[in-house]
Amino acid sequence: MANLTIDGQVVGFEPGQTIMEAATAAGIYIPHLCHKPGYTPHGSCKLCSVKVNGRVCSACTFPAADGQQVISQSAELQQDRRHITQLLFVEGNHFCPSCEKTGQCQLQAVAYELKMHDNHFPQFYPQRALDASHPDIVLDHNRCIFCNLCVRASREKDGKNVFGISGRGIHKHLIVNSESGLLKDTQLTVDDAAAHVCPTGAILIRNTAYHVPIGQRLFDHQPISEVSLEHDHGQ
Amino acid sequence: MQKFIQSVLSEIEYQPVRLIEALRKCQGHFHYIPLECIERFAEALHLPRTQIIAVIEFYSFLHLKPQGSYEILISDSITDHMSGQKDLVEYLCQRLQVLPGHLREDGKLSVGLTSCTGLCDQGPAALVNGQAITRLTVDKIDQMAVLIEQNLPVSQWPSAWFWVADNIQRQDFLLSQPIAMGQGLQVAWQRGLAETLTGIEASGLRGRGGAGFKTALKWRFCAETVSAQRYVVCNADEGEPGTFKDRVLLNRYAHQVFEGMTLCAAIIGATQGFLYLRGEYAFLLQDLQNVLASRRQQGLLGANILGHGVNFEIEIRLGAGAYICGEESALIESLEGKPGIPRNRPPYPVTSGYLNQPTVVNNVETFMAAAAIAAYGPESFAALGTSQSAGSKILSISGDCARPGLYEYPFGVSIAQILKDCGAEDVLGVQVGGPSGTFITIEESHRLLAYEDLATGGSFIVFNNSRSIFQIVKNFTDFFAHESCGFCTPCRVGTSLLQKQLDKIVLGHGSAGDVVELERIAGLLRQYSHCGLGQTAANPVLTTLERYPELYQQQLKKISYEPGFDLDAALQVARQMAGRNDAAAHLQQVEE
Repeated sequence: MANLTIDGQVVGFEPGQTIMEAATAAGIYIPHLCHKPGYTPHGSCKLCSVKVNGRVCSACTFPAADGQQVISQSAELQQDRRHITQLLFVEGNHFCPSCEKTGQCQLQAVAYELKMHDNHFPQFYPQRALDASHPDIVLDHNRCIFCNLCVRASREKDGKNVFGISGRGIHKHLIVNSESGLLKDTQLTVDDAAAHVCPTGAILIRNTAYHVPIGQRLFDHQPISEVSLEHDHGQ
Repeated sequence: MQKFIQSVLSEIEYQPVRLIEALRKCQGHFHYIPLECIERFAEALHLPRTQIIAVIEFYSFLHLKPQGSYEILISDSITDHMSGQKDLVEYLCQRLQVLPGHLREDGKLSVGLTSCTGLCDQGPAALVNGQAITRLTVDKIDQMAVLIEQNLPVSQWPSAWFWVADNIQRQDFLLSQPIAMGQGLQVAWQRGLAETLTGIEASGLRGRGGAGFKTALKWRFCAETVSAQRYVVCNADEGEPGTFKDRVLLNRYAHQVFEGMTLCAAIIGATQGFLYLRGEYAFLLQDLQNVLASRRQQGLLGANILGHGVNFEIEIRLGAGAYICGEESALIESLEGKPGIPRNRPPYPVTSGYLNQPTVVNNVETFMAAAAIAAYGPESFAALGTSQSAGSKILSISGDCARPGLYEYPFGVSIAQILKDCGAEDVLGVQVGGPSGTFITIEESHRLLAYEDLATGGSFIVFNNSRSIFQIVKNFTDFFAHESCGFCTPCRVGTSLLQKQLDKIVLGHGSAGDVVELERIAGLLRQYSHCGLGQTAANPVLTTLERYPELYQQQLKKISYEPGFDLDAALQVARQMAGRNDAAAHLQQVEE
């Protein structure tokens, strides 16, 4: 088995694995949002940026190679990951206290993990719509971070192509596959993988908001670094 | 509409990879992409409609909402601004009674801005229904307004308006001795293809797009990848503001460019090639098709080329207004009919490019040079330039100089020499390599044009002392925010944030700490962006900040903190709605 090191720790890997996969298998958490085991890597959120032999790479897409020296937990990388998370917060409209996803939200949990205490950068306050047309699912564009997971889930897991990401630059936006442009006219159903994969509160299942009370939620007692490793190992 | 859609589908032979071409035709016909087109294309090409919408919303020349029957786009490059673009746009809008960025109420016309159109040596430039107009003046606008009100089709407008000059000012190795048709291929086969590749290697030829990867090495990697199909792609998407050399090369030396592509195909074993032509250069398309046709007639393209058993075809695909498509993996995505979003690498295009097959992507000038090296041998090329930068480089010179145009120099020429030759006086500085390159001051004019000092894809914009650094930096920073593809977080948010932060300082709302903040955003962009666009988007800020730190500091107020919003400006909407403008309807930012 070939080896690489992550922050000095020797980690074995199988040929074809990415640095992220090797790290996860070895029980090392690298912050991420657009990555999910079992899905085609996307490499867009850039939270998993690591230094590989001195060069910045996305751990979720970069192939592991023998002898690589990977740095992940340096003060510089952690600070910059915090800034990248802040970029995601100011770009959209994320108000955790009034969001029903609080405590189950990966964006929020990553922010806690990275000790993000404020948004730092000026808010964009974009005007984004809410699509409440679907009987079982709500799509709140205010909280979309363009991680592409719902796009991949619908295409790869559900075989439906319900979602797509459109627009350019800061005008990027999530679109749905129906002539009306509304969620209710798509093929999306509540048991689709795409309906449950959203790491933030952009895609919500109706009538489930507070089934798990605040205080007993996924990230209320355990940081995302631990939850993520348990989940990702289990899959 | 049914009939039109059907004819478009037949024209693109129902190939989803040619979706952009189909959408361009719809845009040309309807001046937007009607929903019915989207539905029919989705059905006929077996594409999700989301993918078609994503393509339309990605490219600047495609629209979901109706544009005017006369779609007027004014080039927004810094060189256009330097020749009075702002006043002309204002005049044009006033003359035609239209708001910039809007459709006139009668639906007849729309006026918008577009990124550099590659006509910087003869601006201010415009595109009217995709046709390039050079040297825009008040007089031309007056005449244009009359023609528009008379409903005269653009094809019947005075042809002199659409004349694009080549402006070749200095010729060297490439421009002074174009090869005869077929010469490169004939010599290559005489010498042997393997020997020809060794020759290209010995010549020291490196990619002319700016990155400088060794051409022979790229071809070899591609040839060595096991595959039944390989592709040759010529990158003619020169979108870097200030660059226009490929326009001239394709207008005058297209044979040699196609010969270089064919040579590459013979060496690596490719049967299909593409010329990816930026949408702004659509006016070159017909002539280029004619050149391809004549090459087919001469047996230089098609089946069994020159009797050597090599089959190779070249297809031209047009872009639709997206700077990012100059990035090779984004270009490949665009060739496949998708939004031009750069891919994750590895794998690199040489192993997995167009349709995931091994693909060589080279710049127009690189192919042209390869053909010349094949025809004349590597020695004369290698003898030019410096040890690390062999051969010559073609520059597109624009801005404050007496003789803008194309200049070919051996690598290693000094900036001072170039400035002298193009007739630049009272120089403040030069933007070498376009906005993604470097700003240098006149004090640095001893520096050399070479990969090891000032690398460049060819853009060379001269500024004299009447120009404002902030105006330049702002134009470039706005450009990157507009052209960011939006895929990765640092670039999508960072380019817009950098724009806001720069505006805050330039407009005099900055205070202590705001320059540090500007550097912080720039650092995130440079280090963490997915591709070269984001990694270089802060270069205008960083290279000028390095040279003029005091200029930035002078803009800052003497207070310790200035909020990111302007209290009084925020009340503007309320004042308008209330119809008030008295003293009580205004707020001071800081209480006195």
